[in-house]
Amino acid sequence: MGFRASAVGAVCIAICFVTAASAQTVKLGVINTYSGPSANLGEQLDRGIRLYVKQHEKDLPPGVKLEIIRRDDTGPNPEVAKRMAQELVTRDHVQLLAGPIYSPNALAIAPIATEAKVPFIIMNAGTAVITTKSPYIARVSFTMWQSSYPLGVWAAKNGIKKVFTAVTDFAPGIDSEAAFIKGFTEAGGQIVGSVRMPVNNADYVPFMQRAKDTTPDAVYSFVPAGKDAVAIMKAFGDLGLKQAGIKLIGPGDLTTDEELPGMGDVALGVVTAHHYSAAATRPANQAFIKAYKAEFGTNEEPSFLVVDAYDGMAAIFHVIAAQQGHIDPDKTLELLKGWRNEDSPRGPFMIDPATRDVVQNEYVRRVEKVNGQLANVEFETLPMVKDPWKEMNPPK
Amino acid sequence: MEALISILFHGLAYAMILYIVSVGLSVTMGLMGFVNLAHGVFAMAGGYVTVRLMNAYAVPFGLALLVAFVAVALLSVVLERTLYARLYGAGELEQVLFTIGLIFMSVAIVRYLWGPSPQPVHLPAVLSGQIDLGIRSFPTYRTFLIVVGLLLIALLWLGVERTNFGAQLRAAVDNRRMAESIGIDTRRLFSLAFALGSGLAALGGGLGADILAIYPGYATEYLVYFLMVVAIGGLGSLRGPFVAALLLGFGDTACKYLVPELGAFFVFAAMIGLLLWRPAGLFGRA
Repeated sequence: MGFRASAVGAVCIAICFVTAASAQTVKLGVINTYSGPSANLGEQLDRGIRLYVKQHEKDLPPGVKLEIIRRDDTGPNPEVAKRMAQELVTRDHVQLLAGPIYSPNALAIAPIATEAKVPFIIMNAGTAVITTKSPYIARVSFTMWQSSYPLGVWAAKNGIKKVFTAVTDFAPGIDSEAAFIKGFTEAGGQIVGSVRMPVNNADYVPFMQRAKDTTPDAVYSFVPAGKDAVAIMKAFGDLGLKQAGIKLIGPGDLTTDEELPGMGDVALGVVTAHHYSAAATRPANQAFIKAYKAEFGTNEEPSFLVVDAYDGMAAIFHVIAAQQGHIDPDKTLELLKGWRNEDSPRGPFMIDPATRDVVQNEYVRRVEKVNGQLANVEFETLPMVKDPWKEMNPPK
Repeated sequence: MEALISILFHGLAYAMILYIVSVGLSVTMGLMGFVNLAHGVFAMAGGYVTVRLMNAYAVPFGLALLVAFVAVALLSVVLERTLYARLYGAGELEQVLFTIGLIFMSVAIVRYLWGPSPQPVHLPAVLSGQIDLGIRSFPTYRTFLIVVGLLLIALLWLGVERTNFGAQLRAAVDNRRMAESIGIDTRRLFSLAFALGSGLAALGGGLGADILAIYPGYATEYLVYFLMVVAIGGLGSLRGPFVAALLLGFGDTACKYLVPELGAFFVFAAMIGLLLWRPAGLFGRA
């Protein structure tokens, strides 16, 4: 009897101990691209996570610990991303998911978030439709439509009457083309020509010559940042489009902050719309830049990826703190809906209670030289833009 | 008309870069039957040497190109003697696997040393902007490319058609065993040709750095174009790749301009057609 009582007591203690411990440790599964050709993107995203955790770990409720389990999806590989999510949910018992860089990966993870009821914070993947694929998804990054559609409206209202569009022939390119054309033509602009360019393209001269022949006021372009962006800007300059008074405009992906310093003077004068610029002067961003440089080196520039992941962690810390570390999936989503962050490096943003998608300022920026370095200088703010695609395609 | 001239001009500049990089590959494959897919690595190395010297040490463009040529030619001889030579008798599969491995290693090395982003190219002031050639203005850099490309080609042809080295090389390409039996040291000849081809590729990489961006994916991304030049032109000749580079430069540029919907597809369709008609290439020996 005495033995049985003590055994029961021991089991009881053990159970209590286990539940207490697991309640205090929140497990977050991060699915991100840590290897392969786009590992540099994954590194940016992970830096955002590390920086936020380092700064705010002390702000978690007493006794609550955050454990981050990282998994590598190796690139745009939906099968791998899905397998990683399954492992994280079934084997590691994560209570929250976050990531990925690529939209196909996010779409592959969505059903798992729904089935296992694990809230899934999207830190980058920008295809508009993603948040509709699971009630447990909330997005803190951006959508392709969010920058290109208002840019179209802005262009039409700012003296640009005729535009030639030139985008890379892949999903984000086609998305941004559709968004820009819709915004621009609705606001009274005229599209004088469009071209979709192959993914692996070396010389952009033929396309820019074609653009020049149509004598537009501006060329709208979206190509992957880096060598393609540089190449199209060079072709733009070589053919004298700049001298002919034609502007080059596009979404912020054309002149990302971490690539910009290497692009050279060809990028000067390019006008883009985006939700974040490292050159922004608001105090929250200056503090962020200072902390980033202290952590990762003075020559490093954070891109929007760092900020999106950083803000994603802010959302995660918010739900952990509000629930004292006891993560309930449905309550977590309730906490995320309508959550506002007034003091992000990107300015104010919130999660739309209806769509669980991000609502944020879009900034119109021009590439200029600041202290001898190229920077995206914000000169106009389009306040609190909702994802236009969802406005036009309401759930049936 | 204006647009047509512009397209022809830019196509020509593009063709020059393709030719200078690819001609070495044609000779290597024609002379030794070695499938050197890593040829683009030498062009990339040349590009990095040129751009890094200019950016980090303010070396003038011309001098940086010369250093790239010499350094990469020497490097290629070292690689040829220590690695390539082991696979001369081996099958094509081994050669392909080996050179692909070499590409992957080069990608990792340059990425480790200089990061994943393309290298910024700061051309000397004389080469930027436009130059007035009487009829109209052209971009100075591309005009310079065409002039330098034509000069290099002239030198190359003189070297191969008029010198003793050239005669030996042509003999060895035509019939290696016969060349050896009359006392030509084809082994040494090959090392020299390999070094020259790699050096030229490096020169092409450096010269073309403002068109074909210098970044870790260089050797794989542009490999298709280099192989097309060689395949269409035919192995082992100088004229073949030249005509092929012109066709590719003009064809690609013109088609992307005229029918952009089919732009990327057209050159590949043209290549398939050409190779069906002449499987050994335009100037190749079947």
